[in-house]
Amino acid sequence: MSRAAILANVRSGLKVEARHESERRASVEARLAQGAHHLVPARGKVGAEERVALFKSFLAAQGTDVIDVAADAEIPAAIAAYLGDRNLPLRVRVGGDPFLASLSWTGELARDTGVARPNDTAGLSRALAGVAETGTLVLASGADNPTTLALLPETHLVVVRRETIVGSYEDAVALISAELGSEALPHALNLVSGASRTGDIGGRIVVGAHGPRRLAVILI
Amino acid sequence: MSPVSPFTTRSATALANERLQRALADVPGGFVAGRARAKAALPEFEALRRTGRDIKDHALAHLDLYLEEFERNATAAGSIVHWASTAAEACDIVLGICRETGARLVTKSKSMVSEEIGLNAKLEAGGLEVVETDLGEYVIQLRGETPSHLIAPVIHLSTADIAEDFLRHHDHLPPDRDTSSPAVLIAEARGILRPKFLAADVGITGANLLVAKTGSAIVVTNEGNADLTLTLPRVHIVVTSIEKVVPTLDDAWALLRLLARSATGQEITAYTTLVTGPRRDGDPDGPEECHVVLVDNGRSELLGSGMREVLRCIRCGACMNHCPVYCSVGGHAYGSIYAGPIGAVLSPALVGVQEAGELAQVSTFCGRCEQVCPVEIPLVGLMRQWREVAFGEPGDGRSKLLLRVWAFLAQRPRLYHAAARMGTAALRAFARGRGTVSRHPLAEAWTRYRDLPTPQGETFQARWARRQREPTP
Repeated sequence: MSRAAILANVRSGLKVEARHESERRASVEARLAQGAHHLVPARGKVGAEERVALFKSFLAAQGTDVIDVAADAEIPAAIAAYLGDRNLPLRVRVGGDPFLASLSWTGELARDTGVARPNDTAGLSRALAGVAETGTLVLASGADNPTTLALLPETHLVVVRRETIVGSYEDAVALISAELGSEALPHALNLVSGASRTGDIGGRIVVGAHGPRRLAVILI
Repeated sequence: MSPVSPFTTRSATALANERLQRALADVPGGFVAGRARAKAALPEFEALRRTGRDIKDHALAHLDLYLEEFERNATAAGSIVHWASTAAEACDIVLGICRETGARLVTKSKSMVSEEIGLNAKLEAGGLEVVETDLGEYVIQLRGETPSHLIAPVIHLSTADIAEDFLRHHDHLPPDRDTSSPAVLIAEARGILRPKFLAADVGITGANLLVAKTGSAIVVTNEGNADLTLTLPRVHIVVTSIEKVVPTLDDAWALLRLLARSATGQEITAYTTLVTGPRRDGDPDGPEECHVVLVDNGRSELLGSGMREVLRCIRCGACMNHCPVYCSVGGHAYGSIYAGPIGAVLSPALVGVQEAGELAQVSTFCGRCEQVCPVEIPLVGLMRQWREVAFGEPGDGRSKLLLRVWAFLAQRPRLYHAAARMGTAALRAFARGRGTVSRHPLAEAWTRYRDLPTPQGETFQARWARRQREPTP
């Protein structure tokens, strides 16, 4: 069986000897239990205001739009204005996220629920965190925020709270474990840093490859 | 080895190919400038390279244990883990999963391991339609080629070349449509590939990293094609190789901080996805099955071979972008899907020194590759090791004889200096007062492309000895 053959080959390549086995296992167990705590860029280790500013500066560099809202209640109108300004249909698809469901969706914006359909024009998700060090949104798969919302519609809108903007990827994982109540990861943890793009043709990056052509962050 | 080697032939063709030379003219340079900008913007970059090296060395030194840990945790998350010693076995496993699924259409995101094992041909021979969804790989598939760069598969093609391919293959579209810019070509490909994403039965991706502690595969793209590939079909298959495993997420973050910056000069790619098993109960989307195929294909042999460091590679392509040889001839001249300095070291290890040992000669040993490698692979030293191995193989008597003569002289300083003096004098006599020699019967291969400067006086050794004797002014 190949499993046994590969592992035996690896061990013989590494010249593993029985007398070192317990030492190797101890080293691996310690690493798995304690993590590694490598060097983390200093740029994210700043106060909350600066963190948000850094996050926004990277979003701008990626070409991601930022919509600042002062209160939860403003979100539906801000989305309608954003879509309307771009002559896009006033319609969004949203999952079962309790926070998004709790908003007052009266007004001109139509709302569909569930997973994204091929003809949807805009998807709305809630990110569990934003990472300042590179301007990255962290989205978890599941019924609350189905992954397809972030992939199929041409416009993807993402709600994120200022207090969930953290400095580093490491901090984001800690925050998400707390929110999900477990260290176990969902099927997909999507780190999104800009709309879909490619540099494959002509050597310059062009936005709108396969996924969204437009990414907008609604910052509460 | 024949007198004119396969690389020499392919590189001569590449150098004479004007379209290729135009395509190569700025693109690698753009990556070089991008990396320099990204490095300048992150003061910790150089320190992170050492961290990256140490992470990979630790993971490789305990690879058996981390693979077992990965398998345990991936299985706990609902993935099915398969092990393949050889390319053929890996292909059979993937084909078997596709057959069990009753699949007809398979979408794929970019995976070098799948190129290495020849997966597409095997699946197509099994009656499946296979569609590459990375735009560069899609073009490669239309052309029946192999990628010429780790992260930019069609770096050897211009926009006009790709427009011609689209006009030829997308013959259901009006022939007089606009194909003049990357943007319209990308939009055209999007229109063709979107229905494939939606209709696929199986999605195949590679993995940039595997995380032992969480059982996750990490997939990185700019296009989002890996996410569409792994989210929409009923079955997701990760085809990857055993050296991709790292202990924890902390290790993955450190390597991800190096990957995009070294590759394209981005802070991070647009999409970085941690995939841990199939969809969970109650999830409305995502695949119902997730398989991970761990491919060895020669890697376990490398662990004990003195070439272990090559397994640190995270496939960023920086060594290619900074290589004067790669930037002159492109990837296809290497005759291996792994080109550039990393290809020169990895290819002989994977396909044998008889087949690819020549690639270790394809370097000026300038060392830029080592300086930019995010995990500090000693590429020059490893190429030198392959040169030694290749020297021990039968073939090319003339080169070996010349090297033996040189070695004989180099180990006898008096004889060496005497020979150098004679050679210098002879060359000066041959030049008869001219400053350069543009043709020399004993050095035709050199003088065909460049002039040889005439020695201006004594040898360096003689001059050095004289200066040591003279008082400095």
